[in-house]
Amino acid sequence: MGVRVAFGDRASAVGVLLCALAVVALATAPAWGGRDDLQLLSEMYAYVALASLWNLLAGYAGLVSVGQQAYVGLGAYILFGFAILVGISPLWSIPLAGLIAAAVSIPVAFLVFRLRGHYFAIGTWIVAEVFRLIASQISVLGGGSGTSLPAAIVIAMAPTRQLRDDVIYWIALGLAVAVLTLVVLLLRSRYGLALKAMRDSELAASCSGVDVNRTKMLVYVVTAFATATVGALIFLQKLRISPDAAFSVNDWTAFVIFITVIGGIGRIEGPIIGTIVFFVLRQTLADLGTIYLMMLGLVAILVMLAAPKGIWGLIVARFGWQLFPLERRVLFEKRSGARK
Amino acid sequence: MIEWINVILQGVLVGGLYAMFAAGLSLIFGVMRLVNIAHGDLIVLAAYIALVVTQTLGIGPLAALIVVVPAMAVIGYALQWFVLNRTLGDDLLPPLLVTFGLSVIIQNGLLTLSTADSVKLQAGAIEVATMRLAEGVYVGMLPLLQFAVAVGVIAGLQWIFYRTALGRAFRATADDPAIAQLMGLDNRHVFALAMALSLAVVAIAGVFLAVRANFDPSQGPARLIFGFEAVIIGGLGSLWGTLAGGLILGVAQAVGAHLNPGWQILAGHVAFLAVLAVRPQGLFPKVRA
Repeated sequence: MGVRVAFGDRASAVGVLLCALAVVALATAPAWGGRDDLQLLSEMYAYVALASLWNLLAGYAGLVSVGQQAYVGLGAYILFGFAILVGISPLWSIPLAGLIAAAVSIPVAFLVFRLRGHYFAIGTWIVAEVFRLIASQISVLGGGSGTSLPAAIVIAMAPTRQLRDDVIYWIALGLAVAVLTLVVLLLRSRYGLALKAMRDSELAASCSGVDVNRTKMLVYVVTAFATATVGALIFLQKLRISPDAAFSVNDWTAFVIFITVIGGIGRIEGPIIGTIVFFVLRQTLADLGTIYLMMLGLVAILVMLAAPKGIWGLIVARFGWQLFPLERRVLFEKRSGARK
Repeated sequence: MIEWINVILQGVLVGGLYAMFAAGLSLIFGVMRLVNIAHGDLIVLAAYIALVVTQTLGIGPLAALIVVVPAMAVIGYALQWFVLNRTLGDDLLPPLLVTFGLSVIIQNGLLTLSTADSVKLQAGAIEVATMRLAEGVYVGMLPLLQFAVAVGVIAGLQWIFYRTALGRAFRATADDPAIAQLMGLDNRHVFALAMALSLAVVAIAGVFLAVRANFDPSQGPARLIFGFEAVIIGGLGSLWGTLAGGLILGVAQAVGAHLNPGWQILAGHVAFLAVLAVRPQGLFPKVRA
């Protein structure tokens, strides 16, 4: 009898296959979708990525940050800075933005990690405010009122508007898939085990040899890298930047938290479900303006009080489905030519 | 020289207001380990309630405190009893998320009922009254009153915490909720009273905020951040430390603003980050045997 360790089962294999088919179908969207469709979908991909990253931070590493807008804005400003001041193509600036943000996040982590729990949350927010205030002092990028990406740079990226839209769309889809893959692989690795152990008990984890601070630092820096990459892409699509938009706590943190909690925190699938729900609500109710935002806040509170595991948590409890299982399962299997 | 004395004096007087923002926040955290993300929005809500009260009853802002303080206390008790008590536990996410949701609801609710235009409470003659301290050094009566009230609020909280049965209940519940319950305290009631007291302080802070400057529904988060910075600079768990933290923040902002108008808020954040880097436990942490 042999022993094998596996993550997936038949249901998850089917799920992953369906996801792969969905990604292939979505990749063909430029062929059948209009400009508005592409923009809406790109925006959804960005939110799937941001919510997955926040989920990794808060749902797995216990780092409840309300300051991830710091890295969205930083990525965006790096892209605009490189494009306007240095003349590097925006497409190349996207990964550069991630690398620089990761470097910046290390000293930031040393500061904010001194705060615990709720205080960590507000500390990260203050860091984001500092970034916003510094950005509004950079006069070559328009100071407090911001600036647009010059037409010459935009045209140099791709000759036609159609092609440009398509390229940005594919990058957005690619980024979302890459972020999801990164999160799944990270959580299935040794670090994932360490993270789950820390989430259940930091003391027990450190007694078992987990370097708690180093693991948290790793997650924080990886998240900063990916968040800045996504931020750079979001503002490349918008073509216009301002400190208030780039470092908006509502757009890049409140909505992201609501998406994750409504979909299901601590689950890979949660951010995807949450993003779909969020955009359905937004497309149908956004005309209500402030009332819509109040309803969103209310829904998030109700979900947290009544079903803290979110929509996907309910599905798991009811049907046991998991698209991306993270638990290791030991399988016993009989081999035909059994050696003793 | 005189110029800088004035700058620092103004900073100190504004710092009193920040200490009031901070005191309510620190009280709640001390008793039930809850950071109320909606704290700043509740301050702005109190300012709007004061606006409605002064307009409908035709009384001055200071007289309006008689209505606003109890009203906010009742809101606080109900909020804790019906909503926040359900979120308390080992997991820090539920209280954070629920107060975050509350913050969004209050901000947008105020936008719906009022407008995004900023408004201000008129306090009459006291607003322009000044007192001469020395040649070239003047202080306004209103900032002075605000500072005196802040010191009074901190002293009052200190007295409640260490000299009354209610304070004993707060401290007991903070130390060990399970034992406190065995001793016959109803934790839910104690927590609700703590939130009521916190929002009573918020009401006073909100009225002074509204008299001092223009306000609008979007200002809440910044007030939360100022209060939070004052708490951390001063040191956790110490009310007088919180007052000192507020003053330091106020002075840092005043000095920053004097150097460059764009640096006011940034200078406060930098002071906070510097304290965090050099002395993360705060300047006056409470040391308990």
